[in-house]
Amino acid sequence: MAQAETTELENGIGAAVRRREDLRFITGAGRYTDDLTQPGQLYGFFCRSPYARAELVSIDCAEALAVPGVVDVLTGAQMVADGLGDLPCGWLVKSKDGADMLSAPHPPMAAERVNYVGEPYALVVADSILAAKRGAESVVAEFSELNPVIDLATATHSEDIYPGITHNLAYEWALGDEDATRMAFAKAAHVTTLDIVNNRLIPNAMEPRACLGQFDASSGEYTLYTTSQNPHLERLVLSAFVQVAPEHKLRVIAPDVGGGFGSKIFIYAEETAVIWAAGKVKRPIKWVAERGESFLSDAHGRDHVTHAELAMDESGRFTGLKVVTTANLGAYLSTFGSSVPTYLYGTLLAGQYKTPNIYVEVQGVYTNTAPVDAYRGAGRPEATYVVERIVEQAARELGKDPADLRRMNMIQPEDFPYETPVALVYDTGNYEASLDKALELIDYNNFEARQAAAAEQRKRRGIGFACYIEACGLAPSKLATELGAGVGLYESGEVRINPTGSVSVFTGSHSHGQGHETTFAQVVSDKLGIPYEDIEVIHGDTGRMEFGLGTYGSRSLAVGGSALVVAADKIISKGKKIAAHMMQAQPDQVDFQDGQFSLQDSNQSVSIQEVAFASYVPADYPEDLEPGLTEKAFYDPKNFTYPAGTHVAEVEVDIDTGVTTLVKFVAVDDFGHIINPLIVDGQVHGGVAQGAGQAMMEHGIYDEYGQLQTGSLMDYCMPRADDLPDFDVDTTVTPCTHNPLGVKGCGEAGAIGSPAAIMNAVTHALGNKDISMPATPEKVWRAIRGE
Amino acid sequence: MEQSGEYRIAAPREQVWAALNDPDILGKCIAGCQKVSRTDDQHFDVKVKAKVGPVSAVFDAALELSELQPPQSYVIVGNVKGGAAGFAKGSATVTLREETVDEETSGEAALSEEKRSVEAGTATVLSYVVNANVGGKLAQVGSRLVDGAARKMADDFFAAFSALLNPVAEDAPPDNQRQSDAAAETAEGSAASGQWKIWLIAFVVLGLAAVLTT
Repeated sequence: MAQAETTELENGIGAAVRRREDLRFITGAGRYTDDLTQPGQLYGFFCRSPYARAELVSIDCAEALAVPGVVDVLTGAQMVADGLGDLPCGWLVKSKDGADMLSAPHPPMAAERVNYVGEPYALVVADSILAAKRGAESVVAEFSELNPVIDLATATHSEDIYPGITHNLAYEWALGDEDATRMAFAKAAHVTTLDIVNNRLIPNAMEPRACLGQFDASSGEYTLYTTSQNPHLERLVLSAFVQVAPEHKLRVIAPDVGGGFGSKIFIYAEETAVIWAAGKVKRPIKWVAERGESFLSDAHGRDHVTHAELAMDESGRFTGLKVVTTANLGAYLSTFGSSVPTYLYGTLLAGQYKTPNIYVEVQGVYTNTAPVDAYRGAGRPEATYVVERIVEQAARELGKDPADLRRMNMIQPEDFPYETPVALVYDTGNYEASLDKALELIDYNNFEARQAAAAEQRKRRGIGFACYIEACGLAPSKLATELGAGVGLYESGEVRINPTGSVSVFTGSHSHGQGHETTFAQVVSDKLGIPYEDIEVIHGDTGRMEFGLGTYGSRSLAVGGSALVVAADKIISKGKKIAAHMMQAQPDQVDFQDGQFSLQDSNQSVSIQEVAFASYVPADYPEDLEPGLTEKAFYDPKNFTYPAGTHVAEVEVDIDTGVTTLVKFVAVDDFGHIINPLIVDGQVHGGVAQGAGQAMMEHGIYDEYGQLQTGSLMDYCMPRADDLPDFDVDTTVTPCTHNPLGVKGCGEAGAIGSPAAIMNAVTHALGNKDISMPATPEKVWRAIRGE
Repeated sequence: MEQSGEYRIAAPREQVWAALNDPDILGKCIAGCQKVSRTDDQHFDVKVKAKVGPVSAVFDAALELSELQPPQSYVIVGNVKGGAAGFAKGSATVTLREETVDEETSGEAALSEEKRSVEAGTATVLSYVVNANVGGKLAQVGSRLVDGAARKMADDFFAAFSALLNPVAEDAPPDNQRQSDAAAETAEGSAASGQWKIWLIAFVVLGLAAVLTT
C-alpha cells in the first residue's frame, strides 16, 4: 500500500498536477463539435438581418431553393407555424414597484421584425457549406426599416422598440435602504461622486459556437451536439419552453468546448433552429459560427452607465453609497440577462467594506443591439469597478493613502459572518491579509522611486488598487428561486466504482477549459484513496449523467465538487458495511482512510478495490444490502462563496504617444482551500488578461444606425501575450465555512479585480484625470494634453 | 462614411461631358453591370454583380437623380440592397468645372507638371462628395477598409476613364460623338441616356464601390 499512498499524495488535493486534458488539446486530438460528422450530414447557414430594426416584410426562398445542393430554406414563420415557443429568460426580476420585468418576445428566428443586426431570420440547409452560403445569398428578404434605438444614454426617451414596453425599460430594480442612505448623505462630511462607463465587451472564445442536430426517425430521438456550458439546461429549455422535443427524447451533448466565459451558457437561436430543422429534413445538420457571426450574435457583456456617490465622515469612514446604473440589455433578454445587472451586481456593492447604508437603482434598458448577458464575472466586475474606482477617487480627494483608506473601512475577521446592507451574508474572509501581501509583493514602499525613474524616460507611472470581493458558487436554490431564478442551482455528481476498482466520475458541471477532468479526479482520489490515474471524469452529456446545472459563476468546484464529496462519502458509508461483512464485524467498527477499510483495534483491513469487487460479485454479502458500489448526490450550496483579494496594477504612460503599458500586476486572492494551484494560477492569469483587455483595449461599438463597428478581430482589439507583464500571483487562505471542501470559486476573480486596479493606475498616472475604459493611446494622449 | 475627391481630366469640359455620355467608354471603365433599367426620367434600377474580398453578391440599386444642372453638377441618391452582403444608402454630388489659368499657376505642386502638358482652359476638374451608410456584413467586416477601398475603386475608374478619354480628346473629330446603344439595352440612344449612365456609374463607383469593397 505504500506505493499507492505515494501516488495519492502526488495527485491529491493541493497537488499542482498538470492538466490531463491538455495532452489531447495541444496535440490536436480534442474533439469539438466541428470535429464531428454524421452520415448524411447537411450544413446550415443563417441569413441575418443587416438592419438594427425593421419590419420583415417578406422572404422569397425560390431562388435559394434552386441553388444546386440546397435542400431546404427554413424561416422564422415556419417555426411559429410549427408551434415552437420563444427563447425564455431564466430569471424573473421585479421592478421596485413590485411589477414583473417586461420581457420582449424572443423568437428563435425573426418572423415579423428584426431587432438587431445579425438576428437570424432564415436557415439555409444544403449538402455543403458552400451551397448553403450560396443559398443564403439568394434568399430575398424585404425589410421596411424602422428607427433603431442604439444609444444607451438616450434609450429611455427614444421611440419604444416594443409595444407595451414603455421607455424601453425592462425593469427599474432597486436594492438597499433608500431613506437611510439619503440620511447618511445628509450627514456626510465628504461626498465623492463619479460617473462611470463600463464598456461593452464581446466574448471571443477560441472555439466559436457550433452545433450538430440530428433526428433518429426510428426512435423519435433528437441528439444535439453543441458548444454549451450547461447541456441539461439547454435540454430543459428546448423541451419545456421552445418545445422542440420532449425532454426524454432529446439528448444534448457538449463535447470538448473551447472556452465559454459565459457566452456559451445561453440558449441561442442557432441551436434551436438547427435541432428543429434536423427533425424537419430528417438529416443531421451542422452549423459552425464564423468569427464574424460570433461578433454579431454571441451575447455581449457589461455595457453600463453609472453615477455613484460615496459619503464619508470626517475620518474617512464610509457612511453611505448611492449608485444609479443604466444597464444595456440589448434587443432581447438573454437566458440570464436580467439577473446580471441586478442580483449579480447590486448585491456586491458593499465590496470589502463596512459601508452601513447602500442604495442602488438599476434601469434595465432595451436597445437594438445584440443581447447582453453574463461574461466572465457577470455583474461583479461592474460592481467592483464602481466601488474600487470611487474608493480610490475618495482617497485622492481626501489626500489619504488609498491602501490606508481601504484598510480603515474593511470588514474585520471578527465581523464574520457579516451581513451587508445589500442582501448578502459573507461567511468568512481576511481582507487585510491579502492587502498586506499585495503591498509587499508590489513593493509599495518603493513606488515613488519607480515613478521617478519612469519620469526620466518621459513616462508617467501610476499605481492602482482593487480590493474586490465577489459572490460565486451559484447558488442556494431557495434563495435563488426567491430572487427570481427559474431553476435551482444545485449540482449533481456520481461516483461509480467499477468492478475492477477503477472509478468513473460523472458530474453535472461542464468543463470548457477549467480542467475538471484533473481537479475532480484529484478530489475523488483524495477522498477515496484510489490512484488518480484510475479515475475518469465524465461530463457534458445528458444521456450519461444526472440532471445538472453546468458551469458558470465559478461554481464547479464549490458546488459540483461538493456533490462528488457527498457521493464519495456515501461510497465510504456503504463500503464500510461491505467491509464489515468481509471482516466479520459491525460497520461502526470500521474506519476508512487512504483507500483502506480497517477494523478498529486490529490489523485487519480490506482495500476499497476489494470491497468494490465484492459488491459486484456478492457471493458472500450483507443480506440487506444492494450489490454494486455506485452513489449519486445532489449538492445544494448553503450560501455563495466569497472569494476576495487585492489586485495592484502599475502602468507607465508614454507622455508623447499616450501608449499605456501595464508594467506590473500583483494578484493576491483568497480562494479558500486550493485543489490544484497550477490550475488556480492559470485561472487568475487568464482572468487578469481579460480584465486588462477590458481596461486597455476592448470595446464593442455600434454606430448610430446599429451597425457593429467592431465586428472583427481587426477592429476589436484583444490582448496578446506581449501586451501583458509577468503577473505576480499569490494567495491567502480562509476556508469557505459551508462547503465540504472549504473552497471558493477562482474562475472569474482575475477579470473582476483587474479592470479597476488598472484604471486606478492609469488615472493615477494621469494626475487623477478621469477617462473611461478602454484606456486607448488616443484617449490617454488627449487626457495628457488636457482635452 | 463621407468621402470627397477630385480628378483632373485632360480635356475640355464639353468633350469630357460628351465622352461621359458615351456608353462604350463608360462600359470599359466599370465591370459587373448586369442590368440597367430606367423607370422614369430620374429613377433607375441597376443590378451589379460584384465580388470584392470575402463579400460576393448581386447588388440591386435604386438610384434617383436630383438637382440636375447639366453639364455642371448633379446629385445622385441611391439605395442599394445586397441581400446577405448588406446594404448601402447615400448620395453623391458630382461637379464638373473647367480649369482656368489661375488655377494652374496657383495649383498644387503635385499636379503642376501634368497640368503644364495641357493648355490652359482645356482641362476639366471633376469633384465629388459622397455620403453613404453601409450596413450588414459589409459594415461589419469592412468598416475600417471602406474608405481606402472606395477611393481605390474611384481612382481606378477615373484612371481608366482618363486613359480612354485622352485619345478621344486628341484624335476624335468633333462630329464623332454618336451614342452607342450596344451597352444600353433598356435605355434610349439619346444624349439623355448617356447622361444618366454616367450618373449611375459615378454613383456606383463612388458610393457603392465603397460598399462592395471589403
